[in-house]
Amino acid sequence: MAHIILRHRDIPELNTLPVYQRNGGFAAFKKAVTGMKPEEVTAVVKNSGLRGRGGAGFPTGMKWGFMDNNNWPHYVVANADESEPGTFKDREIMEGNPFQFLEGVAIASYAVGANAAYVYLRGEFWQVAAFLDQKIEEMEQAGFLGDKLFGTDYSLRIYTHLGAGAYICGEETALLESIEGKRGQPRLRPPFPPSFGLYGKPTVVNNVETLTNVPLILENDADWYKSLGTADSAGVKVFSLSGRVKKPGNYELPFGTTFRELIYTHGGGIIDDRPVKGIMAAGASSSIIVADEKALDTPMDYASVRTLGGDLGSASVIVLDDTIGIDWVVNKTIHFFKHESCGKCTPCREGNYWMQHLTERIHSGQGDASDVELLNSVARQMQGKCLCALGEFATMAVVTGIERFPEDFSVKTRV
Amino acid sequence: MRKQVRLTIDDRQITAPAGTLIVNAAKQIGIDIPVFCYHPKMEPVGMCRMCLVEVGRPIIDRNTGQPVLEDGQPKIQFGPKLETACTTPVSEGMVVRGMSEKAKAGQNEIVEFLLTSHPLDCPICDKGGECPLQNLTMEHGPGKSRFLYDEKFHLEKRVPLGDLIFLDRERCIQCARCIRFQDEIAGEPVIGFYNRGRATDIVTYTDPGFDSVFSGNTTDICPVGALTTSDFRFGARTWELKSTASVCGQCPVGCNIVFNTRREAKADGRIVIKRVMPRQNEQVNEIWLCDKGRFAYHYTENGARLSRPLVKKNGKLEASSWDEAAAIAGGKLRSADGEVVVLASGRLSNEDLFNLKSLADGLGGKALLYTQMGGGDLTARFGVGAGTNFGEMGAGTTILVAASDLYNEAPVWHLRVKGAAKRGATVIVANGRETKLDAFAKYVVRYAYGDEVETINGLQQKEKIGEAITSAENLVVLFGSDGLGLNGTSNLAAACAELVQGRAGKPNNGLIGVWPKANDQGAWEIGFRPTDDLSSELKGKTVYVVAADPAGDDPQLAAALKEAKFVIAQELFQTATADLADVVLPAQAYTERDGSFTSGERRAQRFYAAVPAFGESQADYAITALVADAAGVELADSAGQVFENLVVTVEAFAGLTYEILAETAEQWPVVGRGDMYYGGTTYENTRGLGAHLVGWGERGETASRPRVQEETELRPKEGQWLAVPVTKLYDQGLTVRSSKLLESHIGAATVTLHPEAAKRLGAGAGELVEISLNGTTAQVSVLLDETVSASVALLPRGMGLPISGPVVAGLKKV
Repeated sequence: MAHIILRHRDIPELNTLPVYQRNGGFAAFKKAVTGMKPEEVTAVVKNSGLRGRGGAGFPTGMKWGFMDNNNWPHYVVANADESEPGTFKDREIMEGNPFQFLEGVAIASYAVGANAAYVYLRGEFWQVAAFLDQKIEEMEQAGFLGDKLFGTDYSLRIYTHLGAGAYICGEETALLESIEGKRGQPRLRPPFPPSFGLYGKPTVVNNVETLTNVPLILENDADWYKSLGTADSAGVKVFSLSGRVKKPGNYELPFGTTFRELIYTHGGGIIDDRPVKGIMAAGASSSIIVADEKALDTPMDYASVRTLGGDLGSASVIVLDDTIGIDWVVNKTIHFFKHESCGKCTPCREGNYWMQHLTERIHSGQGDASDVELLNSVARQMQGKCLCALGEFATMAVVTGIERFPEDFSVKTRV
Repeated sequence: MRKQVRLTIDDRQITAPAGTLIVNAAKQIGIDIPVFCYHPKMEPVGMCRMCLVEVGRPIIDRNTGQPVLEDGQPKIQFGPKLETACTTPVSEGMVVRGMSEKAKAGQNEIVEFLLTSHPLDCPICDKGGECPLQNLTMEHGPGKSRFLYDEKFHLEKRVPLGDLIFLDRERCIQCARCIRFQDEIAGEPVIGFYNRGRATDIVTYTDPGFDSVFSGNTTDICPVGALTTSDFRFGARTWELKSTASVCGQCPVGCNIVFNTRREAKADGRIVIKRVMPRQNEQVNEIWLCDKGRFAYHYTENGARLSRPLVKKNGKLEASSWDEAAAIAGGKLRSADGEVVVLASGRLSNEDLFNLKSLADGLGGKALLYTQMGGGDLTARFGVGAGTNFGEMGAGTTILVAASDLYNEAPVWHLRVKGAAKRGATVIVANGRETKLDAFAKYVVRYAYGDEVETINGLQQKEKIGEAITSAENLVVLFGSDGLGLNGTSNLAAACAELVQGRAGKPNNGLIGVWPKANDQGAWEIGFRPTDDLSSELKGKTVYVVAADPAGDDPQLAAALKEAKFVIAQELFQTATADLADVVLPAQAYTERDGSFTSGERRAQRFYAAVPAFGESQADYAITALVADAAGVELADSAGQVFENLVVTVEAFAGLTYEILAETAEQWPVVGRGDMYYGGTTYENTRGLGAHLVGWGERGETASRPRVQEETELRPKEGQWLAVPVTKLYDQGLTVRSSKLLESHIGAATVTLHPEAAKRLGAGAGELVEISLNGTTAQVSVLLDETVSASVALLPRGMGLPISGPVVAGLKKV
């Protein structure tokens, strides 16, 4: 099947304006601006069943519909912070298929009445940002951005904005704070960005991949998109496959594809053909799924993955085989979260620091059974108390790792 | 009024306005929900997670919109997670469980988290005994630590953020109260977080560090011992301290304070002041103080204080007895045949001033106020009405600040006016230069120095500003002495009074003088008046100078005093004036005696003796009574009696008693009780909120239209400059100079010039220039400010140069 998101894999030089235009580029944006009312665009996206690809899977059209129309101006922000360990899809999209992404930004902006949109990229993506700046300039010159587009009264400008190296800035409110020039720390929610977003104004924050879907949805209509994927999760998803597989990489597949197909058909199976032990479907923020036969045959959509005691998240599938100790995995993730905790709320700031000491001790063989018990207790003590999801996610691998792979913790520990 | 909702907190049914946060709704019925980051004066942030409670809401039937009932009661659905009481507003039918097992467990777990990285060094911590973390640990903390002590995160324990505030990085729990105070309340975001996670640090952005005059407040609201003042750091254990209510004597705001005292070995067993703390008065200072008020008290304990009466014998001042000194002084006053001048300043209490005025009247002499600012007769008439409260001003109120740099002249008013602006009040600043308040003003009117009166007279003709003044529901006008002397301020006051005269006596309406001294308003009410030719008044007279140092301020006045017939000086220190005196009488500092001040808002407030007297010094009113007795005038010699005489003599004080001044009322937010985690270590007000003087309108008199005098124009000639006096918070005044803690904030004498003008002079920033004015020449260093006009030189008062009003000066490069 031809790609929808990773179209550059089928069409060489799609990241140049002439090629993109030759392949229908900006037809959808033009159609929207010249022939559709903003709310009609939102309705199409709503009907398509498109859900946010950043991890939460919130229905995109519904989010657009929440924009407070009594408060102006409106903004659109593309979340290109892509900092979840194991996620590397947005970079490929922005480098390979930048115009489709930017066209998605433009259509979203038209749909919510925004005249300014921001692409927030993680600091390490400075080259990508420079590349996008160039593409944005080309769009301006070609009349796809700027004042009075396509002879209408609608005007739009897109700006890129670089972060400064903080995982937390992928959290949408921390991201907004960062654009405003403040410390990248999450805000209290509610209010949510559609009522109180960038500079206190209604704002839609969507992931890069989410927005990249939009032009083709508009072009081919909602039903076409809904026909892909599953009833629960419409359309296609770019799965970032990594870990102990032979062919790691991005794979664009319809929702509902099984883990087995992803790992074995596309990923070429496990290195040295060893058995799969666990799967982290949402990067470091994952619950660790026990990779038994049933799990491998589970279709990858939001609802099905949940039945396994996991979450699909941004579909950054990290595959663990039997050479990997789960205590090592847990130690790794906690080091990450301890480093990335913003420090705003107590449980996350103190809990991750505490857990890091415990996982380090357990993994290095210095711990005993009481340390494992304590680790589990500290993680559970953090749950449900943090200001944002970071602290909650930090506990996932710990709690599920200890619960589902107890042998990896008892082997290492001296009782 | 906001819609009231009914809810249940810990099985108690209450009603509260919709939108009230759970933590405050609980507080109002006496239920304490523990908090660290939440503070009732600031926006909620929900960071520390201490206030976790169970919150249930009625299940609403989607079809009917009515609550689903179960056994006739609405069915309540509790969320899966605990919620923060500090960020969740109350709603109809809500059920809050703050004491349930689940809520308690959540709170206990947060305390455990906080303690993992806290050094637990309570035995050497200044906050010990009044520490929210310590107290909540007693209530919620685990008895045993599950965290290995060796794994504690160690950080620097002695980080000076500025010279007044120290940070202990280990103790900090990252609640950001200090940062938010500086940002939201002080409007000076000079500190912030650096780094992230467990490594999050408080840092200062300024050089010099923590460059704010409100920095001390952060130590009151810090819920741990992370921020301490250099004044109290390792000074005492809090439980050893006694508290005495007082009123700050540094400026006309009249902030309510507490002196914390203890008997101290290193002070030879004397009782000494260990620190100054704010005392809540929501109508005056809320729970805040400026750093001058907090730290300048040290002048009272300076060893150079006068301890015995002195009498001039053979041209030299020699120690004497009270009897002898009073007899000589009184005898000279009596024999002066009415040629007596009592010269006193607003540093004195109402009681002191009343006795001095009575003495002057009894002798047929004059009672002169030593000041550079006029208009007190007008504030006495058109002052703000009883019930005035900047804390309640918001939309509908217009506040005009004319010729005043509130930040330097009365910092807490700056803070309060800024707060009113945030709540929607229209603030208009009219000044000859930029001041800190400009940033929070809706309108800024810039005039050339000399055009003050014209500018104020013209405001009502301006379209938007005129509208804001005339159609304001409430109008408060503050006027100061930025760039003005006695004449200028008198005229300015008259112009300002015209704006408010129809509103006089109404709460939140009227005129306020931003006086140089704490009790200038009281002095005016009692009948002291300044004169524009003090030199002539002094020559040949028998002069009784109290709490003023004219000889030290101005060589011309020193010369005049030398020509006086006889000089009696009543002071704390051996000033230049005391050097010229024939009799020197040692006065007690206001920390050592009882009395009352009248604030710029015409609120009379009591203060109480906190420490024993220095040496043989006596209270000013008592000294005056002693001297008066020898002069044949009978006066009361106890504070209470003097006040009783005052209220029957001076109409503005009619009906007041010390008991009335000592009355208190319930204030919101509730602070200073057992739950210091809520409001901070600010003291609850138990010794009196003070009372307003009787207003003009209430006295049944009609106001006459104030008269504007002609101002003599000052026109500098070619090559000359218009030197304009401005007020500097930390000047070389007696109370700052003698307080060693603030010495480094005084700095050198400066002159502020426009960059272009400085260039013409050939002087750059920081370079020295020579200035000549009023017969004095001095070297001062140059500061640059683009907002002053080209021929103007701004000179701070009280920095060694005799400048009371604008004057033509010469400047040249050194």
